[in-house]
Amino acid sequence: MDERPHSGLPIVCRDAEVERDGVRLLTGVELAIPQGTFTTVLGPNGAGKSTLLRLLHGLVAPTRGSIRWGEYDARPRSQAMVFQRAVLLRRSAAANVRYALELAGVRGAEAEVRIVEVLADVGLADLANRSARVLSGGEQQRLALARAWALRPEVLFLDEPTASLDPKATRAVEDIVRSIHGRGTTIVMSTHNLAQAKRLAGHVVFLQEGRQIEQSPAREFFIAPRSSEAAAFLEGERL
Amino acid sequence: MSPFSDSLALAAGLVTHLDPKLVAIVELSLRVSLTATILAAAIGLPLGAAIAVGRFGGRHFLTIVLNSLMGLPPVVVGLVVYLLLSRAGPLGALGILFTPTAMVIAQTILIVPIVAALSRQVVADAWSEYREQLTSLGAGTFRAALTLLWDTRFSLATVVLAGFGRAVAEVGAVMIVGGNIDGVTRVMTTTIALETSKGDLPLALALGVVLIAIVVLLNAAAQYIREWARVRYG
Repeated sequence: MDERPHSGLPIVCRDAEVERDGVRLLTGVELAIPQGTFTTVLGPNGAGKSTLLRLLHGLVAPTRGSIRWGEYDARPRSQAMVFQRAVLLRRSAAANVRYALELAGVRGAEAEVRIVEVLADVGLADLANRSARVLSGGEQQRLALARAWALRPEVLFLDEPTASLDPKATRAVEDIVRSIHGRGTTIVMSTHNLAQAKRLAGHVVFLQEGRQIEQSPAREFFIAPRSSEAAAFLEGERL
Repeated sequence: MSPFSDSLALAAGLVTHLDPKLVAIVELSLRVSLTATILAAAIGLPLGAAIAVGRFGGRHFLTIVLNSLMGLPPVVVGLVVYLLLSRAGPLGALGILFTPTAMVIAQTILIVPIVAALSRQVVADAWSEYREQLTSLGAGTFRAALTLLWDTRFSLATVVLAGFGRAVAEVGAVMIVGGNIDGVTRVMTTTIALETSKGDLPLALALGVVLIAIVVLLNAAAQYIREWARVRYG
């Protein structure tokens, strides 16, 4: 089942900067995402969390500095990303997963087996033939996770995947993410939800106003943050 | 009874009894306009999607041109096609002036900009929503354009219906390149114009009723498609 090519890790950023229309969205990003880790990108609104995930996923290029995925200069295909608002095609839940698999070159019986498998994994087996866009918000986000997980990614990026979900749906998504991580997938997830970060993260990257303030093990970060900015954030002053 | 009510009564008779002359004119009109719409959709939909998704020089200029051409005067299109197809024109050897084929060409030219410009807008809106997800999944430009065309198919069906509505209600271009020849190139709009100028109102009124019915049916179909798709696919 686990046939992932392990070649796009670690992801290493060296003094990366992202600028758009003359506005600096990220600056001084200096980090490494090693294999098998669960990294949470934390920070207040507008800190640059989503931009950092897009940079790490190769959706935006650094305007300065560099990023490498293992031995590659270009984003390898062994990655997937789930966005804050699930973007699903106007077709059935199963067809959405099938579409992603087709693009990854997985077709036929193998694809069908994987579709059944991942939809069962996220609790959507009974809704396989339901149109994706009429599913509830929580179901749509689980489907987006299933579509990403079907690709058996080496790294999965999650951009505030529970931001618009209720607590029950949030728990369901967290359980799935935990399960995917448990099967060896490296996770990078952005959130501004401290409780969620505490529940899930192994490592924390803290951003503020487009700057990387610190990267440290989660336990260390939550007990004794190195920066005054992170300390203020943890005390709820900069939510 | 007044001459107007007499005409109305005669028109109603032509419609209810499916007068052969009236049916032949309606059939030709639908054949010409449907063919033109299919051709315009085959050209306009991919063109609109390519401009929406593609990244090439002159894309914005092309968008402005297409938007401007939506208001193309039919008589100008008729004149240009006439000049191209007339015996002395570059395509005169084809010998298709004053035939339904010439009318199809004129109507196609007339509605390609409508289909292309409106589909560009529909696909561009979808692209701004889907771009990152499709890029993340590894869809190239061509595959993304195909995906968006399929995913916006219900909105695009409305666009195509709008194109057909424009074609079937158009009079200037088909009058010039078709010549309004009885039994050959006489369609609903040209017949209405001719019969009205002759003061022979019943056939003109009957065709007017059919034309309006077609336009109403098209709008009803567009509305139904939108509603059905919203409920079924979200």
